[in-house]
Amino acid sequence: MSALGTVIRSGVRRRRVQTIVIGLVAAAAVTAAVLGAGLLVASRAPFDQAFAAQRGAHLTVQLTTAQQATVPTATATAGPYAVMNVPFHGPEGMRMPDLTVVARPGPGGDVDRVELTDGRWATAPDEIVIGGDMFRVPTGFELTTDDGHVFTVVGTARSVSGTASAWVLPSAVDRLGGATGYQMLYRFAAAGTPAEVEADRAAVEAALPPGSVLGARSWLDVRERAVREAAVFVPFLVAFALLGIVMAVLVVGTVIAGTVGAATRRIGILKALGCTPAGIVRAFVIQALLPATVGAVAGAVAGNLIALPVLAETEQLYGSANMTIAWWVTLVAAGGVLTVVAATAWAAALRAGRLRTVDAIAVGRASSPVRGRWAGRLAARLPVPRPVALGLARPFARPVRTTAILLAVATGAAAVTFATGLAASLVRIQGAVEQNNADVTVEAAAPSQQAGPGEQSQAQDWRVVPAAIGAQPGTRAFYGVAQAPVTAPGLSDPMTVTAFTGDATWDGYLMVSGRWFTAPGEAVAGAPFLKAMGARVGDTVTVRADGEPVRLHIVGEVFETGSGVFISAATIPDMPPGEWRIALTDGTDASAYSEALNKKLGGGGPQAHPTGVEIDPLLAVVQGLTATLTLLLLAVAALGLLNMLVLDLRDRVHDLGVHKALGMTPRQTIAMVVASVIGVGLLGGALGVPAGIALQRLVVPAMAASGGLHLPDSLLDVYGPVLLAALALGGPAIALLGALMPAGWAARIRTAAALRTE
Amino acid sequence: MTDPVIDLRGVTRRYDDGPPALHDVSLTVKPGESVAVLGPSGSGKSTLLNLIAALDRPDEGTVTVAGTRVDTLGEAASARFRRAHIGLVFQFFNLLDDLTVLDNVLLPAQLSGAARKEARDHAARLLNSLGIARHADAYPGRLSGGERQRVAVARALVNRPALLLADEPTGALDTASGDDVRHLLNQLHDDGQTIVLVTHDLRLAQDCATRTIGMRDGHAEEER
Repeated sequence: MSALGTVIRSGVRRRRVQTIVIGLVAAAAVTAAVLGAGLLVASRAPFDQAFAAQRGAHLTVQLTTAQQATVPTATATAGPYAVMNVPFHGPEGMRMPDLTVVARPGPGGDVDRVELTDGRWATAPDEIVIGGDMFRVPTGFELTTDDGHVFTVVGTARSVSGTASAWVLPSAVDRLGGATGYQMLYRFAAAGTPAEVEADRAAVEAALPPGSVLGARSWLDVRERAVREAAVFVPFLVAFALLGIVMAVLVVGTVIAGTVGAATRRIGILKALGCTPAGIVRAFVIQALLPATVGAVAGAVAGNLIALPVLAETEQLYGSANMTIAWWVTLVAAGGVLTVVAATAWAAALRAGRLRTVDAIAVGRASSPVRGRWAGRLAARLPVPRPVALGLARPFARPVRTTAILLAVATGAAAVTFATGLAASLVRIQGAVEQNNADVTVEAAAPSQQAGPGEQSQAQDWRVVPAAIGAQPGTRAFYGVAQAPVTAPGLSDPMTVTAFTGDATWDGYLMVSGRWFTAPGEAVAGAPFLKAMGARVGDTVTVRADGEPVRLHIVGEVFETGSGVFISAATIPDMPPGEWRIALTDGTDASAYSEALNKKLGGGGPQAHPTGVEIDPLLAVVQGLTATLTLLLLAVAALGLLNMLVLDLRDRVHDLGVHKALGMTPRQTIAMVVASVIGVGLLGGALGVPAGIALQRLVVPAMAASGGLHLPDSLLDVYGPVLLAALALGGPAIALLGALMPAGWAARIRTAAALRTE
Repeated sequence: MTDPVIDLRGVTRRYDDGPPALHDVSLTVKPGESVAVLGPSGSGKSTLLNLIAALDRPDEGTVTVAGTRVDTLGEAASARFRRAHIGLVFQFFNLLDDLTVLDNVLLPAQLSGAARKEARDHAARLLNSLGIARHADAYPGRLSGGERQRVAVARALVNRPALLLADEPTGALDTASGDDVRHLLNQLHDDGQTIVLVTHDLRLAQDCATRTIGMRDGHAEEER
């Protein structure tokens, strides 16, 4: 083995703690980077991949008549296809939301190659293919039009361009009452930006007779909506990825610099023996890169494995399969971390390699300049045991190292604070989204048994159920809920109006602005509804429910993720409730209450049951990811601290021997070592907690905004005094965690051996 | 008859697989005695001192110091024993550079939990009697070798130990400073302090010791 190889091998073996710490820190940094950056990339890729595979439409144009426009910039076109908005009924009269049905001969073509996910394409005029994005209808299911025409579902398909919610053959148009409009699909040479798409749209409009274009939808809007749910992750991932990268650079840098710095005397001896500065730099860079490479490989594997459940969730969102972290992300993450390791080792070794040999050898023998003596004098006056005072003064002797420890602890504390706040906010958001504070729910009837709107059975429920609930002991509050699809001019997406028979504000509805409705004709709505309608609080909008126009005065914005608007039942009196939601008095058992209420209601009709709480799988994934990333950052912070403390103790092992020779017990030694980091821990916590809170206040609203939502303050104000106090202890906890092992080592070191150490 | 301050019986200490650093050593030191341990490098002098100071444990034999079997003590107990009964003076002083002279001297008393004021008064008296009171607030790095060794002696004496162990106390000093320390040790001995010196310095042994023990290849031989 060459001299360099011997030096590297002995360096790696002799400095076991540093070797392990470098490996672990590199692993944690790569894991965090792969997770953050990988998921960031993956959250955009599924749509793009599917869009490319289906040759999605850059522009979907709604026309009044069947006509084509010749546009020079278009590279491919499809259509015109007849379009119909059809209200269907399921078996036994079950009403379904209106479907946008497009008539086209097959799923293929130059544009919008619709992907069949189940069954087959329609081959007869009485067959229909349902778009799986809206709801799932099994093959063989029969749908009936208001005119009594029956269509059999023969397949489920998906258009990434969102051109329709169902498809039939052109020969089926008459059975659906004739076309209400036509659809043309375009692909263009340049459609990457809103400006380009707008130019393309203008070209199409210019090529057609005036007034023939009803509307046009850009693929960029479709894309934005498609990636919205996964995009909720993005600010969260960016924050964690940044935290991870900052922490990785910080800790990897200080670990490597400290390791090389601690070997200055060794470097001096090597130089005295004839090793060149370049050889020394090479040796120390390789010495750092060996464990870092092992760690980076482990981190890359771990990052990809941890990302799997998140990607599985995203796969469901997009209907794509076999999603993985892009290979280049893993490569860049691992390469980036290794570059930081190599660069830091190179810089530190270069400095040591340039030291005069005699100076380098003198390190550890000669008295080094002592800093922070003022702190020592000050600490000596404190009414604390002497070992504690000695420990408290220690950070001031090595200000640079202390600053690095402080930053590591502060970043760790910020990560914990941010993660705790994020998790608490997400739980509250989930509660607010579900609007599910009710203890018991009474459902009017099973959907298959439910009659059409306004028919006999619901009319009975409308009278009987509220009376029974009101008379049932244990009822604190209740209200009935009626829902109906509504449409608005110029909007193709289905929206829902929800009418309440009583006060529903206790059921988790949080106001973002304005107030709850108090009179017929007043309404509150969520951000998606307001955005779709282009309305604001204070505006009056007109929607159509069951074909009838309804004017609604928006008096408040409620926190709501769906395109819903909420009104009093008195606004649309002929909407009977399909569900009653009940809050119970304290101490009332929901199961016993439901049982007793069901006895009163009798069998076969409305049924009461305790309200269950469903865990949103996406939320579970985010929380799991948060916990994983937080643990990683904490581990990195503690490892960094541990390493720096080990270096510090190695530097003054002789002093430790002196202390012990003078009668310092192992317990006093532990107290001294722990005290040397506890102050830094407290300060790190004091800096990290506000930083974490600021990050939470930045990221959570950004997450909501990427989902098109505004958050009420109550969903953000999650840090109570107890939680804050607990989080403030996070810094000292990290310090303690990192200090325990070195303190134990310092306590166990043999006095005679320590005294012999140079 | 007075009990010995040090009583070693059949003490052997081995490191690794080599010949024992100490082999079947037995010796006693009575209160008030000043004993010099002489011998060449590697003869086992420092090992002997480490065993007496409870810094190390023998593989065989017993070590009793001030009535306590120190060879059976654990780390914490030996630390407590040391600060109560033993003062240590090292060849290279082993003063803590980040503490003032006074704080260095006070440290063993503070580790023992001594009353603050009493410890400070005693430390001040010691510094005064050793002629280094003017350096109380200085840092060791600014003192001469002789002055540093005086500080080390003051630190060793602050807990009023039954036994003062000095390992080559003049080994790192120039002649003038060495004389200075020699006088100091003589004076301490005259005041009744029990002292064990490990040294190469024959003159120090002659001036300060009431008896000498020669060490060679791990064996102890009574010389005077």
